Amino acid sequence: MTCKEFLALLDDLIDDSVSPETRAELQTHLGKCGHCQVIFNTTRKTIEIYRSHEIYDLPAGLRDRLHAAIMARCKKGC
Amino acid sequence: MATIQSIAAENEPHPDVALVERVRAGDVSAYDTLVRKYERQIFRIAQHITQNREDAEDVMQDAFLKAYEKLEQFQGNSKFYTWLVRIAVNESLMRLRKRRTGKMVSIDEEIETEEGSVPRDLADWAPDPEQNYNQAELAEILRKTIQGLPPGFRIVFVLRDVEGLSTEETAETLGLSIPAVKSRLLRARLQLRERLSRYFHRTKGPSKQALKKNED
Repeated sequence: MTCKEFLALLDDLIDDSVSPETRAELQTHLGKCGHCQVIFNTTRKTIEIYRSHEIYDLPAGLRDRLHAAIMARCKKGC
Repeated sequence: MATIQSIAAENEPHPDVALVERVRAGDVSAYDTLVRKYERQIFRIAQHITQNREDAEDVMQDAFLKAYEKLEQFQGNSKFYTWLVRIAVNESLMRLRKRRTGKMVSIDEEIETEEGSVPRDLADWAPDPEQNYNQAELAEILRKTIQGLPPGFRIVFVLRDVEGLSTEETAETLGLSIPAVKSRLLRARLQLRERLSRYFHRTKGPSKQALKKNED
């Protein structure tokens, strides 16, 4: 397997959507290629960091305003 | 592979279905529960698309109100969450178009991609690179980095990797083909990885200089 072929399947490997056979091939390539190992580990880490950190906080009071707006609609007919 | 458990889970109604039924029967408090459950996600999606806090606040408000008003049209065969996300994405794009009158805003425009090119910046990262920054610094790095992505890549990454939609749901929400979503997701992930490398580099250490430079 070449690095290019590995890269084409990188997302599937990260998302765990490869067959056991393909996974074994990818793992074999990873074992031999430091280059792809770094790409694999740091790409996985990139996703994990974005998933686990709140970068936009919900503004205070927004929920209350929304609740008030819904109640106002509701009084008109629900 | 589908297991007996996963098949059973698929056949069980999603907890939101009961909440939606209660709202339809006139119980507004059930809608509050849905709002609390998804408000953060909807606000984040709106912020990622509009890149503007006021717009994102308006979008969140409008999306939940619209969903409330259109609840009768909601078909139980799609998830309430993905239905809501679709409304929020459309509201966000409308808001963008209003703000940039005259300029076309599109998330499905062709983006040149270099399929299959192997990234060259390959310095490894420190073991827990985010720990070299405090919360505020890290949030700033993550915001700046993702804001630098082309919009069509950014929204695919956000829906798929941050907010947990499937490839199919992301494609349907954005009106893209599945191969287009896959291709953009890979490019988005690799570009983010490359951009984050200058902060998370192992050998040069945490580059606070990179952060400073970015602010200039």
